[in-house]
Amino acid sequence: MTIQVLFQNRQPNRIATLEEYCASGGYDALASALGKYTRLQVQQLALDAVLLGRGGAGFPAGRKWMTVAETAPFPRYMVCNADEMEPGTFKDRVLIHTDPHQIIEGMIIVGYSVLAEKGIIFIRSSYENAARILEREIARAKEAGFLGKNILGSDFSMDIAVHRSAGRYICGENTAQINAIEGKRANPMQPPPYATEKGIWGLPTVTHNVETLACVPHILRHGPEWFKRLACTPTGAGTKLYCVSGRVNRPGCFELPMGTRLSEIIEAHAGGLPEGCEYKACLPGGASTRFLPKSFYDIEMDFDAMKLAGHRLGTGSIIVFDHKTCLVGATLNMIEFFARESCGWCTPCREGLPYIRDTLARIEAGEGREEFIPLLRRMSRYLWNSYCALAPGAASPVESLLTYFEDEVREHISQRGCPFK
Amino acid sequence: MIPDDLKETLQRQIAAIDHPREQVMDLVFTLQDRFGYLSDELLEEAAVLLGMTPLEVEEIATFYEFIYRKPVGRYVIHVCDGVVCWMQEHQSILDYLRNKLNIDYGQTSADGRFTLLPTCCIGYCDRAPAMMINRKVYGKLTPERIDEILEGLER
Repeated sequence: MTIQVLFQNRQPNRIATLEEYCASGGYDALASALGKYTRLQVQQLALDAVLLGRGGAGFPAGRKWMTVAETAPFPRYMVCNADEMEPGTFKDRVLIHTDPHQIIEGMIIVGYSVLAEKGIIFIRSSYENAARILEREIARAKEAGFLGKNILGSDFSMDIAVHRSAGRYICGENTAQINAIEGKRANPMQPPPYATEKGIWGLPTVTHNVETLACVPHILRHGPEWFKRLACTPTGAGTKLYCVSGRVNRPGCFELPMGTRLSEIIEAHAGGLPEGCEYKACLPGGASTRFLPKSFYDIEMDFDAMKLAGHRLGTGSIIVFDHKTCLVGATLNMIEFFARESCGWCTPCREGLPYIRDTLARIEAGEGREEFIPLLRRMSRYLWNSYCALAPGAASPVESLLTYFEDEVREHISQRGCPFK
Repeated sequence: MIPDDLKETLQRQIAAIDHPREQVMDLVFTLQDRFGYLSDELLEEAAVLLGMTPLEVEEIATFYEFIYRKPVGRYVIHVCDGVVCWMQEHQSILDYLRNKLNIDYGQTSADGRFTLLPTCCIGYCDRAPAMMINRKVYGKLTPERIDEILEGLER
């Protein structure tokens, strides 16, 4: 068993209590943040620890906090993004069901570092259980004096509210989420201004993924050097929650050193592929990342290593496909998802995605033609002209399907049907 | 019509916050849980309570997957069609439900108990194939398990 940080209090079928969290050193970091460090020192610690956003983009957390200007107006907002809707991703759900207080503590520390007194947890509808857990534990944290007025006797005050969403992928996007919280239709907005300058109701808003926030207390308690040493790659830092699903024997969420090799995650932790199934490809970070064929089977799963290889770590949610699974069909499924979830605001996304879906559907149904291949390539390039990251993300499986599995697509066309059926 | 006692509770909640429209989702969910779906009448009343126009509420209500603008059955079954469920028997689960309930997507069973709808990946990929019934998630579905689940629901 490798070192467990975020999952140190993980128990079978039960949520860690506030007492258990405190016994493992929980809320010590908050006490030292408020008592020992200035808020700028807290920012520096996160920056030194190279804490990169775990929601998929990998932006340095400390740097995000530093963009909130000293003179920025109040009240400021600290938002926890628990709208985990990337297909294949369930790490935030597992984390909330494991040890919710580290997320709450992380939010308070980040809140303090930018002087945000309003905390909001934005959570998706299908995580109703998690929303209830968070509401209950927020109340407990408040009773214990970790939230509310003058936290632990300091002059910093903060409250956290849970905001339930009603099911729409685009709400996970930072600027769309701000519109959603304000009770507006959740279309994304193009910066500038950035949310840390003008976010919710025009006020500074710092948004982080659940997992990113959970890392914060541990960085304060053990220091940036310790956090960096947790990773197994020189430029990585911390641990990572890798979810594995699809064709594996033991699907689940595993906390491993950042940069653990894909092959090790699949074989040693997820139990390998079922008998009779051979690895064909995986999506390393949800549906908006590129397929990783067998030639990348030993890749180090961290931000830099993936980038160097021309890929993206995304959320670190590995979906494994075996040799008997049709990747044209899989891509069609994902494009159907993206087309349905497009907010419709801008043309490349609204029009481009259904076009790609229909083209893929014809190939899958045996009505494909040679010229569809360059057409799909061109269309997936056009998606990059869209307003937010939804459409470029959607282009990833299509483009990588054509790059690595063109033969499989051609087979559909020449055989006039899906060879897997 | 929103009954007076509920209306008063909602008015109190709305008055307690700086920006009433932040509550639009909570309000819509409260009404939907009580009345089954968001009718035109409820939508208009919600808009008045929040100081929004009916169109602004409609813009939001039609944006989301779990807000129903048409009557639905007592139990709304959302079958996950995310890529992991797709790989793991989603189609046969859906066919089983269609046959068992004798309805297709978007339809409600004759006895008014069940409505069948799709949903995108609900984040239970480790327990695929999965579905949601009235915001509760059920995973590792098989025809036998579906029978059990549906049997277990209140009449």
